[in-house]
Amino acid sequence: MSIAITSQFICFTVLSLVVIIGALGVVLLESIVYSAFLLGGVFMSVAGLYLLLNASFVAAAQVLVYVGAVNVLIIFAIMLVNKKEDLKPINDIKSRRVISTSICLTLLSLLIRVDLTNVWSLSSPQNSIGEESTIRIGEHLFSDYLLPFEVASVLLLMAMIGAIVLARRDVMSKDISTGLPVDQELIEKSSEPLLTNKN
Amino acid sequence: MNLESIPLQAFLIVSSALFCIGIWGLLNSRNAVRVLMSIELMLNAVNINLMAFSSYIDNNLIQGQVFTIFVITVAAAEAAVGLAILLSLYRNRVTVDMESFNLLKW
Repeated sequence: MSIAITSQFICFTVLSLVVIIGALGVVLLESIVYSAFLLGGVFMSVAGLYLLLNASFVAAAQVLVYVGAVNVLIIFAIMLVNKKEDLKPINDIKSRRVISTSICLTLLSLLIRVDLTNVWSLSSPQNSIGEESTIRIGEHLFSDYLLPFEVASVLLLMAMIGAIVLARRDVMSKDISTGLPVDQELIEKSSEPLLTNKN
Repeated sequence: MNLESIPLQAFLIVSSALFCIGIWGLLNSRNAVRVLMSIELMLNAVNINLMAFSSYIDNNLIQGQVFTIFVITVAAAEAAVGLAILLSLYRNRVTVDMESFNLLKW
């Protein structure tokens, strides 16, 4: 490891604060567009944590796949379904919030307890292979992880075909629950234009 | 503990917090896109865990990094299919409110 220990600590603190606060913003913010962009920030900071762990290849893959593909896909989905709707109020929302928050806090305390009390058998020279990790990953992918690698390619093909089939417009001719025929026109066309209702 | 490097527990605590935030968002958000974002947060938490263990415990055969690559692959496929399902739902129901998707409720 070439970076000095103090700067490592500073980097780790900043990155983990960005991850935690950004994730809180993703789930708590009112506007879904802000959430999507904060999610991109969280993904970038996680890539920074990977760099801190001497894994440059996985950090690059994280930036390319998550920030470049998944986040852009989420932003496109928001753009396609972004309609202001006033949600119906739920009558027992308070108790739901209390129960789910307590479940999450309990799980968090249990996980932190396991993290802190367990005795991890650390190997003594940490990060010893360093920049060779990319070569090592390539060796793994083409020797003992060859079958999962090939299955992953089939999975990606299936996901691609499935996404195309699901997102096509003429899949369902009538609504499942009501039985009424579904309007096959562009939904966006029938709603009011996006920019004129601002005034 | 001597402070020669960042302790493993720090990474584990960050990933635990991220995972619990993801679960909270998954349970509490009413926008379906936000539910997908929470799932991505949870997958990232698991990835941080795998990477930390692979760097601190298994640093010669870095199998955790290979696992992370596979998790990233599956997460990309999941995001694509999930958003396609979301678009199809929106086209049929004209809403993304999770409370209105109760067809499978018994």
